[in-house]
Amino acid sequence: MSPALLIIFGTIGASSLVGIYAGRRMTMNLENWTVGGRRFGVVLIWLLMAGEVYTTFTFLGASGWAYGKGAPTYYILIYGTLAYTLSFFILPKLWRLGKRHGLHTQPDFFVKTYGSRPLGVFVAVVGILSILPYLQLQLAGLGMIVEIASEGAIPAKLAIVLAFVLTCAFVYTSGIRGSAWVSVIKDVMMIAAVAVVGLGVPRIHFGGIGKMFKALIARMPDHLVFPGAAPPMDVLWVMSTVLLTGMGFYMWPHIFGSAFSAKSERIIKRNAIIMPLYQLPILFVLLVGFTALLVLPGLKNPDSAFLALVQKTYPSWFLGFVGAAGAVTAMVPASILVLFASTLLAKNVYQAVFDPGASEEKVMRLSRAMVIVITAAALVLALFFPNALVNLLLIGYDGVSQFFPGVVLGLFWKKVSRAGVFAGLAAGISVAAVLVFGGHDPFLGLNAGFVALAVNSVIAVGLSLFLSRRRR
Amino acid sequence: MRKRSRLALLLGAVPFLTLVFALPFVNRVEPVILGFPFILFWIVGWVALTPVLLFLADRIERRDRPPDDSEEQ
Repeated sequence: MSPALLIIFGTIGASSLVGIYAGRRMTMNLENWTVGGRRFGVVLIWLLMAGEVYTTFTFLGASGWAYGKGAPTYYILIYGTLAYTLSFFILPKLWRLGKRHGLHTQPDFFVKTYGSRPLGVFVAVVGILSILPYLQLQLAGLGMIVEIASEGAIPAKLAIVLAFVLTCAFVYTSGIRGSAWVSVIKDVMMIAAVAVVGLGVPRIHFGGIGKMFKALIARMPDHLVFPGAAPPMDVLWVMSTVLLTGMGFYMWPHIFGSAFSAKSERIIKRNAIIMPLYQLPILFVLLVGFTALLVLPGLKNPDSAFLALVQKTYPSWFLGFVGAAGAVTAMVPASILVLFASTLLAKNVYQAVFDPGASEEKVMRLSRAMVIVITAAALVLALFFPNALVNLLLIGYDGVSQFFPGVVLGLFWKKVSRAGVFAGLAAGISVAAVLVFGGHDPFLGLNAGFVALAVNSVIAVGLSLFLSRRRR
Repeated sequence: MRKRSRLALLLGAVPFLTLVFALPFVNRVEPVILGFPFILFWIVGWVALTPVLLFLADRIERRDRPPDDSEEQ
């Protein structure tokens, strides 16, 4: 076996063992499984959040965008920073509410705040529909990374099945604790890989970052300012997109739910303060994409820019290391996505609709069974129908972002009404769907999801005000 | 709203001003700073400064409360 294969298989195997071991000495009830018993300190929370944030999109997509689209890729640096700033003000209160009422998931929050079970079910269904394509994207990315990094020795489909079945195993046994601990391996490898490559390739091919930019500016002066090589993504698009995705970030059910696993409000605040620093490694990823554009122009698939440049520049064992890092980078977010999709399905759909009297043990057993169901579904989709969910993926971020008014108004505004939030949410999702599927994204230069969020907010606030006035 | 938490919110608004609303005015390559095109330098700089802003916001907020509820509550 070549060193590259050894590193890839070794990393996937070791990660799964760490994940399985992480939950070994815990009695697994729903509280421990989904929110880690609300006992995560600053390090575990950081690992968990960082683990969720750096997905295969960050790895392949950010460099691919830098390569193919240019400046619009900067939005990835910005939106996370906005999201952490918002989280500094929003999450502590959310955490307090979660602690007081024993909330596990995002639909739990909606049910508690608005006293409406249908609203909870609706939020859960939108959440699951948004998670599925995102999960499939992680699997597809994983397959591509391992196939390229092993120089074809491990076919994509084999990599997907192997890594994902192991991921499913540690989610099943350890729940969120497993994800947090596997993040240790992932973060160390990932940061090492992007730092070495990001600082290395501009130096090796051009003698330094400044010289690389100089060459790029000379050859393609417009690539590095908005809209780069993507005319519809001009500065207005970037502004509306970072606002939308910054607000939508913590509205992903899995990221929202992870906040509950913190030990205290303080931990959440401290995490919000340090997280923007974790955006900076993305800069390295962008540097790789820009360098690749100069060194390897004309790649058919821009998303392969990162790995193609590593392959050209470094020995094959290092390519294997990058591939292994990429594989765990898919496994950790995938594990958290599976975990929360399963809990939403068992607790917020099945229990809420069909079996309100189900005991917590039963919901827990069912959640675990759902891990297997969701894993199987995602595998079938990724292997046999890779394009089935493309449309859902287009609208995933737009969809979950529509929860933002309901969450923020619910936490901070006494006059908010259930009808207002429900109507706003339904309108927001409809507007997003009509615009995106009708081919009107961007709409008047703005991100369509942002337009939908604006409609949603106006309706939620307007209707709530109207109702509160009538009541008086 | 207490004066201090308003100040904290103001600090939290800074990344939105610099990283969203200022973008049309900084969307250029020149001047190149430390080898980076100006727009990218601007963005990276404000991303790196955000933890400082939030740290200060946290200090300001916490001065409002008695110190003993800082760890748990």
